[in-house]
Amino acid sequence: MRPFAYVKPPDVDAALQAVAADSGARFLGGGTNLVDLMREGIERPYTVVDVTGLPLDEVAELPGGGLRIGALVRNSALAADRRVRTRYPMLSQAILAGASAQLRNMATVGGNLLQRTRCPYFYDQASACNKREPGAGCDAIGGFNRSHAILGVSDSCIATHPSDMCVALTALDAVVEARSVRGTRRIPLADFHLLPGDTPHVETALAADELITAVEVPPIAAPSRYRKVRDRASYAFALVSVAAAMEVEDGTITQVRLALGGVATKPWRAREAERILLGGPAADEAFRRAADAELASAVTRPGNAFKAGLARATIAATLRDLTPGEEAA
Amino acid sequence: MTTTYAERTATEKYVGRPVDRLDGPAKTTGEARYAAEHRYPDLAYAALVHATVARGRITAIDTAAARAVPGVIEVLTHENAPAMKPFKVSLLDPLGAMASGTSVNYLATDEVHWNGQPVAVVVAETHEAARHAASLVRPAYQELPAVVDFSAEEPNATPQKRSMLLESEADKGDAKAALAAAPVSVDLRFTTPPHNHNAIEPHATTAAWNGDHLTVHEATQGIPWVRKQLALRFGVPERNIRVLSPFVGGGFGGKGPIWAGTLLAVLAARATGRPVRLALTRAGVYHTVGGRTPSTQRVALGADEDGRLTALIHTSVARTGRVGGWQEQITSASRHLYAAPNIHLRQHLVQLDLLPNTPMRAPGESIGSFALESAVDELAWELGMDPIELRMRNEPERNPVDGKRFARRFLREAYALGAERFGWKERDPRPGAMRDGRWLVGMGVATAYHPAMHMPVSAAVRLSADGGVVVRCAMAEIGVGAATVQAQIAADELGVPLEAVRVESGDSELPLGAMAGGSTQTASVAASVLAACRKLKQSALALARRSPDSPLRGRRLSDLEARDGGLFRGGSGETYAAILTRAGRDHLESEIKPGMLGLVGPLRDRMRWVKAACGAQFCEVRVDRDTGEVRVSRWLGVFDVGRVINAKLVASQLRGGIVMGIGLALSEETLIDPRTGRIVNASLGEYHVPVHADIPRIDVHWLDEPDPTMPLGLVGVGEVGITGVGAAVANAVRHATGRRIADLPITLDKLL
Amino acid sequence: MRVNGVEEKLDVEPWVSLLDALRERLGVTGPKKGCDQGACGACTVLADGMRINACLALAVQYADKEITTIEGVTPHPLQEAFVRHDGFQCGYCTPGQICSAIAMLDEYAAGMPSAVSDGAPQLTEAEIRERMSGNLCRCGAYNGIVDAIKEVAG
Repeated sequence: MRPFAYVKPPDVDAALQAVAADSGARFLGGGTNLVDLMREGIERPYTVVDVTGLPLDEVAELPGGGLRIGALVRNSALAADRRVRTRYPMLSQAILAGASAQLRNMATVGGNLLQRTRCPYFYDQASACNKREPGAGCDAIGGFNRSHAILGVSDSCIATHPSDMCVALTALDAVVEARSVRGTRRIPLADFHLLPGDTPHVETALAADELITAVEVPPIAAPSRYRKVRDRASYAFALVSVAAAMEVEDGTITQVRLALGGVATKPWRAREAERILLGGPAADEAFRRAADAELASAVTRPGNAFKAGLARATIAATLRDLTPGEEAA
Repeated sequence: MTTTYAERTATEKYVGRPVDRLDGPAKTTGEARYAAEHRYPDLAYAALVHATVARGRITAIDTAAARAVPGVIEVLTHENAPAMKPFKVSLLDPLGAMASGTSVNYLATDEVHWNGQPVAVVVAETHEAARHAASLVRPAYQELPAVVDFSAEEPNATPQKRSMLLESEADKGDAKAALAAAPVSVDLRFTTPPHNHNAIEPHATTAAWNGDHLTVHEATQGIPWVRKQLALRFGVPERNIRVLSPFVGGGFGGKGPIWAGTLLAVLAARATGRPVRLALTRAGVYHTVGGRTPSTQRVALGADEDGRLTALIHTSVARTGRVGGWQEQITSASRHLYAAPNIHLRQHLVQLDLLPNTPMRAPGESIGSFALESAVDELAWELGMDPIELRMRNEPERNPVDGKRFARRFLREAYALGAERFGWKERDPRPGAMRDGRWLVGMGVATAYHPAMHMPVSAAVRLSADGGVVVRCAMAEIGVGAATVQAQIAADELGVPLEAVRVESGDSELPLGAMAGGSTQTASVAASVLAACRKLKQSALALARRSPDSPLRGRRLSDLEARDGGLFRGGSGETYAAILTRAGRDHLESEIKPGMLGLVGPLRDRMRWVKAACGAQFCEVRVDRDTGEVRVSRWLGVFDVGRVINAKLVASQLRGGIVMGIGLALSEETLIDPRTGRIVNASLGEYHVPVHADIPRIDVHWLDEPDPTMPLGLVGVGEVGITGVGAAVANAVRHATGRRIADLPITLDKLL
Repeated sequence: MRVNGVEEKLDVEPWVSLLDALRERLGVTGPKKGCDQGACGACTVLADGMRINACLALAVQYADKEITTIEGVTPHPLQEAFVRHDGFQCGYCTPGQICSAIAMLDEYAAGMPSAVSDGAPQLTEAEIRERMSGNLCRCGAYNGIVDAIKEVAG
């Protein structure tokens, strides 16, 4: 790890000042991703601004029934929050499907939003990676890419976005609140993560001096569910995950949200599938047709071609579980 | 049948009992110290720089930035490192070739032999400075053509050399013709990927020189090899080197040979004049410690309509490295398991520019049994026959390839007991017929098989006047409970309470020879501990008989019982303490030193008998009908492992093998980029060893029939547990889904 | 920093991890280094009672926390239960498993959910396995660990 200066500001303003004055500064939350990347020499900040002492760790009610989640709420606390479990089951389930209990105790909501890819070529300095070193090339495209993305990919990068939580937040139309010395911004989650294009090193809409202060989730009535498919029964990143909310009346889908993880370069809102599902029958065949439409733009490679079929099957299975009368086995 | 060894200890108070591990308190409280946990004043820390090309020469190496890091003491490269002596294979010591994981003379050459080879060592005041500085060393390479793609190189494979120790080719009858003529046959090609041991403790060495004397705290399965190899490479007498390794955080074969980290820690300590610790990073373990070879295998079986095998063909291709490696006996189980009249076995190798492979838990048998036992299952499907019935119809009376006798064989009994306990008759034989909600349920079986051996090792036992017993042996404790088992044996043979026995191990100052490898250590040490205990009793009796006051006067050992801390006949006799005290002796000690001559017995045994551990593995899987996720939901194994000394520890060893086998079956694979030879998933995050949630309750049983040709009748259990597991899972998946997966691991993408 | 109930004066650079500070600076070697990247759980310690991976924690971030390692929980009924049920072999992951299990039982008692929670009032084997999945055991002592935890959980 390259030596760095460490500061722990007493309040948000001081934190914002600290990064505004130092272009080599990074905010540090739970450390589960940043410390790892620093040790690997991938992140090399000159200054680390520890924000864990800031008063941003509350989950509060919003007028109208939503929740405002402080950026420093620990993942485990958010997943356990009674309101989250009852009103946003898919969010609680997504968090609990990720990492381990130890890591969830450390990781913050803000840090999770900024989690970087687990592409092994990104991690290994001996490999070419456009995300780590712009212009260097991508060893994943012609290499082992079984875990890589099939949606939102570019010729520069096919790295999968690793977060589970963000998949649920995308489906929930969450909004990220970010502050800097210049003021406060609200960024819809759908716009928060960027597609790699030819600048895969630019991963989010957040400016270097902006601090995530909160995430707001609007209310949702439809029942929801998060399903994660992976190589181990626990403690592994998703091959495919599905965050889904669906309301069905008399066999017709009246409300639906669908987002995918493990298959895309960013948390993937499946808007095309939603469009097809809405107003149609809650039936397996319709689920598969919608999935196919969403996956029509998939770009697969020999290593990850299975993900299209797997995503399709997982979408259908998850929606089936949300269909009244179908048992969730 | 001649009995080479006594089948029982003098008393049976502890042997056979589920005694708790003696080192349990040390391990559960954090008191047990591992190789990287020994403090020295003035300790310096080393970190490795790994090559990033598969083959080439270092044309320049820029260490300026690394040297500028505060706290850096030295940066050693091939330009400035003191020379080690080159690696040599001694004809007198064929096993010694295994002592070093590679033949590379690190930092004495500008040559790079694999992607990840250490090319520099940074020594610094802190671990953090060393690691950071290592990241700043900039080697430049002239790249040379490298052959790193196993599957591309496979057509160029050459026959594996014969070896005295390892079984390889065999021919009986005309298997090809018999296969062609067989009314029912299967002919399958299997692939298995490379694996890494992934002991949770990364390899670590703490080395301190004092003049030309060296102390090394090392994570090793083989103290004698470490000492011998360091003596050779650093040009000092063996007696000058002390190797300490009381606790090893898992081995599985990976801590058998000596790898770069050990040599370079000792080199760095010599170069800097400081005690040096080198604890490998997890990626460093992947890049410097060999793993299991990948393989491609063909198994073809021919049978008549009644399921009697007429032909068995098993061929394999594996790899070694250009700079070392271990030839695996992949077709080994096919020599022993089925009474086919026509057998053809061949093993081939390719040599690649990769870090050499090395033994990993049941090398050969673990992956060979996957292919053989999958093919047998497939033949059962072809025949429409129960797979256990098929196996029983082909159970041989004598070793199929050469007619040798089995030292003992209870595979029939293992299957019978297993089928009953597992509820095999509940199995609906039709594929996909058993369901539980979204899960397709399947049941599979496979045979476990691992050869049994024991080696000559030295051990000593000391009896003290206070009644205490000390067993002394430089064996390794990698988790098998070595000390506990030998304490049980010594306590029973001497007739003393277990609490009176202390075991000293893990130190090269103790009687040497024992190695935790090939499932040989327990039996090997047991033989010497038993012999030492018997000699001690003789000595004690001789001492007693010299005294006119001793009730033992005139007695012979064969008339006496060892119990209650002494030698007795009926109510008369005396304790060792009394004998020693009267004789004015502080202690009695006896040491058994079989030396190389001790190999004669085991080698002669090999000519005469086929000895092995075997068993029947039963597996139930659930396969998600939508996603193809496979979960192992039940496991039962019945094993024929000779005499069981400690039921608790044997159960743990067998379960541990099965757990690693479930990893082999479902998730483990080392990804080596065929373009660069670089290991891509060099981390525990991306290499998927099983976690708690992957492992169901595992039932293990054993038949407890002593092996008359093994010390105390016991057979090593470290490896047999993993054998057959891959096939049992694959066979259960076949039953659940109708799909035969012949390529490990059985990941869900192969089932979609 | 308070470590196992003792106030420790620790002067470390900000880039020193909590794990290295404990092991190399304070000689508290119960917490183990297995991967140094949050992928094995061998370094599990308790920070104000919460289980964390000490390898991904910078020591400076935990200056005002009470750190408890395996040394600080001794004696604990889980330790004896691990021995009785042979919940380990080589012992290297064991301090992390035990610290993790202690916190896991607290989490369960506090009503924290897991990925397999189904509202059942009992701590099932499936719950224990899922909640302990952040602690790898390569020796494969998982059955014994689950039995030990079940026994202590009652």
